[in-house]
Amino acid sequence: MSSESQWNNPVIKWVDDRLPVFTYMDHEYNQFPMPKNLNYFWNFGALAMIVLVVMVVTGIMLAMQYTPHVDHAFVSVERIMRDVNYGWLLRYIHMNGGSMFFIVVYIHIFRGLYYGSYKSPRELLWMLGVVILLLMMATAFLGYVLPWGQMSFWGATVITNLFSAIPIVGEPIVTWLWGGFSVDNATLNRFFSLHYLLPFVLFAVVGLHVVALHVTGSSNPDGVEIKGPQDSVPFNPYFTAKDSVGIGFFLIFFAFFVFFAPNFFGEVDNYIEANPMQTPAHIVPEWYFLPFYAILRAITFDVFFIPAKLMGVILMFGATLVLFILPWLDTAKVRSARYRPVYKWLFWVFLIDCVFLGYIGATTPEGWRVLGGQLGTAYYFLHFLVIMPIVGKLETPLPVPASISEAVSGRSSNASATDMEKS
Amino acid sequence: MRKTVIGVAASVLLAVSGQAMASGGIELPKQHWSFEGVFGTYDRGEAQRGLQVYKEVCAGCHGLSLLYYRNRTGLGYTKDQVKAFATEFEVEDGPNSEGEMFMRPAKPSDRFVNPFANKMAARSANGGALPPDLSLIVEARKGGPNYIYNLMAGYVDAPAGVTVTEGMSYNAYFPGHQIAMPSPLSDEAVEYADGTKATVAQMARDVTTFLTWASEPNMEERKSMGIKVLLFLIVFTGMLIAVKKKIWADVH
Repeated sequence: MSSESQWNNPVIKWVDDRLPVFTYMDHEYNQFPMPKNLNYFWNFGALAMIVLVVMVVTGIMLAMQYTPHVDHAFVSVERIMRDVNYGWLLRYIHMNGGSMFFIVVYIHIFRGLYYGSYKSPRELLWMLGVVILLLMMATAFLGYVLPWGQMSFWGATVITNLFSAIPIVGEPIVTWLWGGFSVDNATLNRFFSLHYLLPFVLFAVVGLHVVALHVTGSSNPDGVEIKGPQDSVPFNPYFTAKDSVGIGFFLIFFAFFVFFAPNFFGEVDNYIEANPMQTPAHIVPEWYFLPFYAILRAITFDVFFIPAKLMGVILMFGATLVLFILPWLDTAKVRSARYRPVYKWLFWVFLIDCVFLGYIGATTPEGWRVLGGQLGTAYYFLHFLVIMPIVGKLETPLPVPASISEAVSGRSSNASATDMEKS
Repeated sequence: MRKTVIGVAASVLLAVSGQAMASGGIELPKQHWSFEGVFGTYDRGEAQRGLQVYKEVCAGCHGLSLLYYRNRTGLGYTKDQVKAFATEFEVEDGPNSEGEMFMRPAKPSDRFVNPFANKMAARSANGGALPPDLSLIVEARKGGPNYIYNLMAGYVDAPAGVTVTEGMSYNAYFPGHQIAMPSPLSDEAVEYADGTKATVAQMARDVTTFLTWASEPNMEERKSMGIKVLLFLIVFTGMLIAVKKKIWADVH
């Protein structure tokens, strides 16, 4: 970009000279160089952005019909389902959109773990991603309370009560969070308010995530940086086209659940209005919290002076917070698991451990599952705190290709790169 | 790559099925339902007969408070039939110009009238147990329609050695088996206008179809829109794949 505007249209030129939005878009989404070896796992960031927009749009429309009051919330949701024009569609999209968001973001995160996307110089990009994950979790938790079903109420009760584990100030904090002495109307009101607020905070952090991404550029499956024009293709049309394919498949997946299995991810108990006098037989969180729920429940014994409950809470939050320091826990010289013969397998073991913890979180903690949950939790932290630093040092990586274009086909592709500059 | 995608999808499903397993409990024999599957619709005959069962049997204790009388047009009734049905019930209205509350015949714009004035009245009339509102009963129970059907038809003699508490009944499919609701259906409990024989199994089926409709009256609209949306998305994605292939053809 030279300082001289490239735009011919006088209106666009006038605007761009004063506020360079067109130059910015051209630079960041038209010409922006993308590694040409990206596979479809690199679609999931764009997919997450799509889901966020869908959630905000459907959420704003639902809020126009929803009543955040303990006496009316449940019925107002059913009114949306039955009497509001296409209310059922909005609500099913929003309800399943929550699950879609986590599916997409979890794949996005595991992609980062496999290909070492968090490694220098993308540490801050990764950490912003962890902030996004935390915000998403808070937003999802708050949103799940709003329909005021049995799981809404009891989930809110269990999770807010976690803060009572904090020594001395725990109980006052819980009362402060509730706005009273139990989960009640004040709680529902503030949860609605915060559920509406946080997605916009999320947008802001996603903005920073994208800015950070456009400084370092995307990582790629081979983990070697772009070394010249032969390694990259411009974002448009190559990745507008490729992301569109991913979006197409994703929308098919999303639509299938919305239209044909809308309650697949839900809990039947949430179709029963909240009743503070009656506890459901099993209180389970939404599926995307299950591994964390398993970690929370894993500690059944006091650790030195720390009571079991507080230890569970610490580990549950620690399970996410440990991701912040991952860039410094991974000592490997090589980014991608493609060239890490040992870590490659450990990645899958870790993924299985997370799924296993999800299973433990979904079931009642009895018999072997108590020990199972403890071992699964131990391995979760072992993976990050012990295995990552040690394996990075001991493992002998496979030879890494000199460049992306060498990795792609082993032959020079200068010809195609020059073709692209014309398009 | 593909293996990984399948792996991740499988792990998601595994986590969810784990959730389902947490329910534990009793195996529900599956019935075949008209509203199942991508093209499923509510069998109008079953649903209309089910409404009759609800009105003559269930409505003595159970409300259907999320439904309006006007919703019945969705079951294939004409507006006049809906109006006539509604006028059989009385609702409280007011205050009138003298400030008095008064009773009037229900209109299609009224909600289904509850059998009891409030929850305490319902408990008091039912030995302390609260008959749940049936508007969402199919969505609110694990197993959905199969649970409701089996519960209706599941009143059997308690097996030897099981003592049933005074005022409770034994049901093969109720969690814990002891249910406060006495067997609601008996053969010929209602007389069907269309000549269908009113066996317990038939009535259980009919009322289940009716209650499934009551839980989600928009299901048919949802599925028919879903088919169009999916067909569009599949064709559209096919075109996107073709475009992507053409654009990427020169990248090596």
